[in-house]
Amino acid sequence: MDDRTHRAAHRIEGRSAAPGLALGPLVRLSSVQHEVRQYRSAAEEHRALVDALAASQEDLGALSRQAGDDEAEAILAFQMALLEDDSLVAPALARIDAGDGAGQAWSAAIDPEIASYDAAEDPYFRARASDLRDLRDRVLRHLAGEADQTVPSGVILAADDMPPSTFLATDWRDGGLVLRRGSPSSHVAILARSRGVPMIVGVDVDRLEQGIDALLDADAGLLIVDPDTNMRAGFSLRRAEQSKARQAAASFSGPALTATGELVRVMINVTGLAELGVRDPAEVDGIGLMRTEFLFQAREKLPTEEEQYRIYRRMLEWAAGKPVTIRTLDAGGDKPIAGLTQPGDMNPFLGVRGVRLSLRYPDVFRAQLRALARAAVAGNLKVMIPMITVPEELDRCRALFEQACDELRREGQKAQMPPLGMMVEVPAAALTIEDFNADFFSIGSNDLIQYVAAASRDEPQLADLSRPSRAVFNLIRHVVDHANRSGREASLCGDLAGDPAQVAALLDQGLRVLSVAPGALGAVKAAIANYAGSAA
Amino acid sequence: MNKHKASVLMRHEVGLHARPSVKLTKLAKAFESRIDLGLSPDGPWVDAKSIVKVMATRAPKDSTIYFRAEGADAKAALEALVTLVDGDFQDGR
Repeated sequence: MDDRTHRAAHRIEGRSAAPGLALGPLVRLSSVQHEVRQYRSAAEEHRALVDALAASQEDLGALSRQAGDDEAEAILAFQMALLEDDSLVAPALARIDAGDGAGQAWSAAIDPEIASYDAAEDPYFRARASDLRDLRDRVLRHLAGEADQTVPSGVILAADDMPPSTFLATDWRDGGLVLRRGSPSSHVAILARSRGVPMIVGVDVDRLEQGIDALLDADAGLLIVDPDTNMRAGFSLRRAEQSKARQAAASFSGPALTATGELVRVMINVTGLAELGVRDPAEVDGIGLMRTEFLFQAREKLPTEEEQYRIYRRMLEWAAGKPVTIRTLDAGGDKPIAGLTQPGDMNPFLGVRGVRLSLRYPDVFRAQLRALARAAVAGNLKVMIPMITVPEELDRCRALFEQACDELRREGQKAQMPPLGMMVEVPAAALTIEDFNADFFSIGSNDLIQYVAAASRDEPQLADLSRPSRAVFNLIRHVVDHANRSGREASLCGDLAGDPAQVAALLDQGLRVLSVAPGALGAVKAAIANYAGSAA
Repeated sequence: MNKHKASVLMRHEVGLHARPSVKLTKLAKAFESRIDLGLSPDGPWVDAKSIVKVMATRAPKDSTIYFRAEGADAKAALEALVTLVDGDFQDGR
């Protein structure tokens, strides 16, 4: 046997963050390192920077032509204007002539600008720091001779971490994602599950070789680099089976019934209108969770009341009378929003997030409540508040909501107070659930698990503690029992609900409403159909 | 020498922010003349063709923007810039 055939495929273990299979060449997205380039002569450094600036300008022009939305275009136009600005470029070139390397000189010219935006008092200006950082890194990538981070489809991307904006800008057809950082509960993982992109985390991506074919088995949390023919064949077979199963699951429409004929309502979690476009509302019992964070992210300005109203209204129209549960802004934690959340929060998951943030930014919250109150007239809207810890928080939200309704009516607009519920994700709230004046309860299992176990969901070494425990199930049962006794609805919208292996355990606790990522719909309905009642 | 001055009240809701600044510098660059921008009638002045400098003024809503221009097309340049700011940076797009 010669070396080539002898070369063994190797397996790298990670953790599954979004199920699925992918086969393709590995493409490494590197975070920018400033001194990767060897210094040549001043003349060559000068030319390298001029070329990198021109190449960046070209990238931005191309991105701008495909942007198709106003906010993205504005950011790109700003970056293009910066690249053309002599007061930024000239000092960088002067530094090169004085002996600096191209990358060093570019960073030295743009870093003080970034720092000055970071320090700006006005949140609009402060948010621009990220645009400058992005521009700095784009030029540095070109200097390092790296390809732009827009990648072809059908590849397996490997990176340290990935901001949601990059994920959204990538064409994931037939591709997959491998990250060092992040966790199954990170925001990117939520997006990956929602869009059916196979993804694993906790992989030492530095060891991966660019361009080599790899199999991503995100069901098992495995990456197989340089697979042999047999592995590829087995893999193709599995993929074909999966796509068949997916089709079968898709035909699992209509109401979900257990083996004993009990009805379970299955709803979906979404982040916006884009995910609804291709879906038939007949497949689902409603929207159990609409995350509004995405309306606020990667933008120049926070969304206006009118803009939010139009989006909420279109979701209600899509649902055609089925319930649409919209969660008010849940920023903070792993979902920072430029100009709103505090950068450098010591412990973001225990910090100013969710309702804590909304109550501190009454103008932002008020615009959202007004938009919701107006939309409530148009359909079966329910609104829930994230991160409720004590009853007073929910009471304050209810008062503000009523105030928003009154205001609107005084202005002659139609408004209505929708049922107001709470997310149950803080153990303190779950334990004293009887004290809350909520119209319904929605259990957020991702945060509940990490708060109950005092184990960060982003810490790969603590994966064992991030699994649902008896402590978590006891809390879920406590909430469901209270809801049933008081004639209110309890549902669960965390990742637990989308895991077919956990469905029986959740039904055992008495839950009869689940909300899952759209990609999990078929598998969850199938698991419900197999449920024949409590094992106990 | 062809020197001109002009001023205009800016009502843009977020001040001289990225989008308006891009439009302003783009328009300024369309002219030959040297054009400066300031927030008071006697400066300090910054180059109205530089997005870095223009945004560094951090001009908030309701500031008066002062322009001075020097060159062959100075008068036309100022007229165009004043129209842009006065029209709340709408460029007909």
